[in-house]
Amino acid sequence: MSTTRFTLVCVLVGLVVYIFGHLLGIGYLFFAGYTILQFIALASAWNILGGYCGYVNFGSAAFFALGAYSTVFFYKFNPLPIPLLIIIAAVVSGIVGLGMGYLTLRLRGAFFAIATLAMAVVLQTLVVNWSYVGGSRGAYIVRTDTIDIGGYTIEYIEYLFLLMMAVAILSIVISRTIARTQLGFGFATIRDDELAAEASGVPTLRLKLIATTISGALMGMAGAPFPYYIGYLQPASAFGLEYGVNSIAMPIIGGTTSWVGPLIGAILLGSLQQIATVTISSAVNLLIVGLLLVGFVVIAPNGLVGLVQDRLRTRRSGK
Amino acid sequence: MSPLLHVSNISKRFGGFVALDGIELEVQPGERLGLIGPNGSGKSTLVNCICGALQNEQGSVHFDGHALDGLAAHQRTHRGLARSFQLPRPFVSLNLADNLRVPMLYTVHKRSGPLHGDSIDARCVELLRLVGLDHKARHMPRDLTQVEMRKLELARAVAAEPKLLIADESMAGLSHSEIEDILALLMQLNERGITIILIEHIMSAVMSFSQRLVVLVSGKKIADGKPENVVKNPEVVRAYLGQ
Amino acid sequence: MDISFDLLMNAIVAGLLLGGFYAAVTAGVSISFGMLDIVNIAHPGFIILGSYIAYIINISFGIDPIVVSILTLPAFYLLGTFIYQVYYLSFEKRGQESLRGLAFFFGLLFVTEVMLILVFGVDYRYVEASYIGPSLHLGNIDFPLRMLVPCITALVLFGLLHLFVTRTFTGRAIMAVSQDQLALQLMAADPIRIKRIAFGISIATAAIAGALLIIIQPVEPSVGREYIGRVFAICVLGGLGSLPGTLVAAMLLGVMESITSTFYGPSWAPAVSFGFLLLTLAFRPAGLFGR
Repeated sequence: MSTTRFTLVCVLVGLVVYIFGHLLGIGYLFFAGYTILQFIALASAWNILGGYCGYVNFGSAAFFALGAYSTVFFYKFNPLPIPLLIIIAAVVSGIVGLGMGYLTLRLRGAFFAIATLAMAVVLQTLVVNWSYVGGSRGAYIVRTDTIDIGGYTIEYIEYLFLLMMAVAILSIVISRTIARTQLGFGFATIRDDELAAEASGVPTLRLKLIATTISGALMGMAGAPFPYYIGYLQPASAFGLEYGVNSIAMPIIGGTTSWVGPLIGAILLGSLQQIATVTISSAVNLLIVGLLLVGFVVIAPNGLVGLVQDRLRTRRSGK
Repeated sequence: MSPLLHVSNISKRFGGFVALDGIELEVQPGERLGLIGPNGSGKSTLVNCICGALQNEQGSVHFDGHALDGLAAHQRTHRGLARSFQLPRPFVSLNLADNLRVPMLYTVHKRSGPLHGDSIDARCVELLRLVGLDHKARHMPRDLTQVEMRKLELARAVAAEPKLLIADESMAGLSHSEIEDILALLMQLNERGITIILIEHIMSAVMSFSQRLVVLVSGKKIADGKPENVVKNPEVVRAYLGQ
Repeated sequence: MDISFDLLMNAIVAGLLLGGFYAAVTAGVSISFGMLDIVNIAHPGFIILGSYIAYIINISFGIDPIVVSILTLPAFYLLGTFIYQVYYLSFEKRGQESLRGLAFFFGLLFVTEVMLILVFGVDYRYVEASYIGPSLHLGNIDFPLRMLVPCITALVLFGLLHLFVTRTFTGRAIMAVSQDQLALQLMAADPIRIKRIAFGISIATAAIAGALLIIIQPVEPSVGREYIGRVFAICVLGGLGSLPGTLVAAMLLGVMESITSTFYGPSWAPAVSFGFLLLTLAFRPAGLFGR
């Protein structure tokens, strides 16, 4: 299926989901749905660098927060429409991703991973000390209850839902497109054996920088609408550990070698977490995520997608 | 005739340990050079410095008239330098044909312009047939035997259409007939015009293959000449062939 | 800015004492990452676990936290060997250390932290000991005992480790395995067993580091995260696998953090270690003393 057709299918599915929810009229579904779409975007974005190239980024929360705080900055400076903020977040996070990559991608994967963690903390410290965006006191974002889109009046949360849907679809489309082009091919060689890739003529540093930039930009885009979603933004919530853990756990549980894995992981794990947070507690919910992550990494390293592929392969060779 | 490869005064240290000490080496176009030396003598380090996997502290490498200093490994491959690894390093998530596709897309493409998809496929198959692996084109590297992995490793290096191929211990642990296979393959490649540096411990193979023999001991070159002369060199006998 | 000399000296002394403690915290990672090449980012999680165990036993039975940690050493050692076994079978054997291994330890860190939250909640916990409170005074310089005792204990721990690694057969085997596994096999020692012992020791140090931590400062489950950067910054700065280098780097970082904290405020302190780590990785990954 060509990319254009795939995008259209995604948009269609998205619209159907939205209309369904709109007709049901349960506001909570949109709040929960927003979170899941956000994770779809984050997981897909993470997977471009982590799953495809094999470079683990522990600082996903930092890029997410960059997007959120660039929104807060403009809110205080000169409020802009959210779609524009999303684009700005993409640029800011993309540039930071490029910069970070340039500083650290020459190192082995382990050092890179630690560096991403370090970067996240440095950024968090900078934000906490930056009083213009609220610092540790936090920042309030005031928004209207409803919004007019082309003559229709809809709930604000539905508007945010649609925006995040667009970001999620963009992440999936980019993720899938990369996998089907030479770029994805090059990424796979880096993951498999970077030394051999270099020896074969693959410009590994350049490709890794591309991966970090795209990954960072998409994560920033996922973070841009967040202040409007949550209303009150504190560094602790923007840089929260659940973003870092989930953006790693969802692709690993879903399967890191394809674009489908993060999607499945995000939907399954995201829904599971919504249910757990509501019925049990948010701490238990995070515990479950952590345990699943460790379990899957040890037992099923290729995730759910990998398990299905193995099942299909044995069935095929069995016939 | 100017040399294809000129290694001048290469030195490399790891902390206090001197791995290479002022190595001078020239390789003529079309030549078959053998490089031998005991374990730890610096052969792999030399290869890594020539190919850009390691940076030498002193000296320079000239290839095909150009200085390679400062160039990344992939750039050196683009210039026509290829190597196989001592321990095969296939791309495990790609099948055999795709393994060969990588250097074609990233090196040959770059050098001589985009190739048509079909022509890449044809070249992959042809190369696999050359090493006797075309029946496993769609297989994954984990399905290969030891000797097949070595052949894939060589095929992948050749897929980059190099002017100079460095074959790093492609024959270790193989049976007599498997060694003959690889030697025949290397001869065939040389007849096609590829200059070859063969790094090996198996003396019979090295002696029959090489037109010239270079001996490395403890990071220094101690002999460089015709194989039959080198093996008579007392220093060589003492340091290496005494084993 | 009116930099009082006394203030500066006190900041430096506090930094050195803190640095000694940091060395104890880093010792474990020096072994697991520096010598075994295992990126155990969950190490701070085990330290916090050690802190809580010291807390519980201290509160229930009144035993000194450092004594508690020494008593729990065997348990932590066993935990370490168990984790290494899982790590080896799942990742090292298959040659997939990088992505999976990192995710594994990240998951462990996370699980440890959340379990502690579930059991103990997010309130800060303290221990009671006779040396928490009083200080020694040398002229105008204060040596708070709650920092001095951990620092001395840490230096002792460090000294013992250094002796172990340089004087005993197992210790030297651990150094050897970090450099050349093949040579070790030729020495008829089993590299896997050696690594398992080393990792066990690495986690055992976390028990002690945890007790020291809760003496120095109140602890709550997420405190571990701040230490990830510090620990790896010190490890990298000191040159991987070099115990003396780690000690010097730890002192250096301690002093830098202390000075930053005193003159610019404590909210900037985390940025110091993590920022330093980033700079080191970017410009001198071999560390100050590395090869």
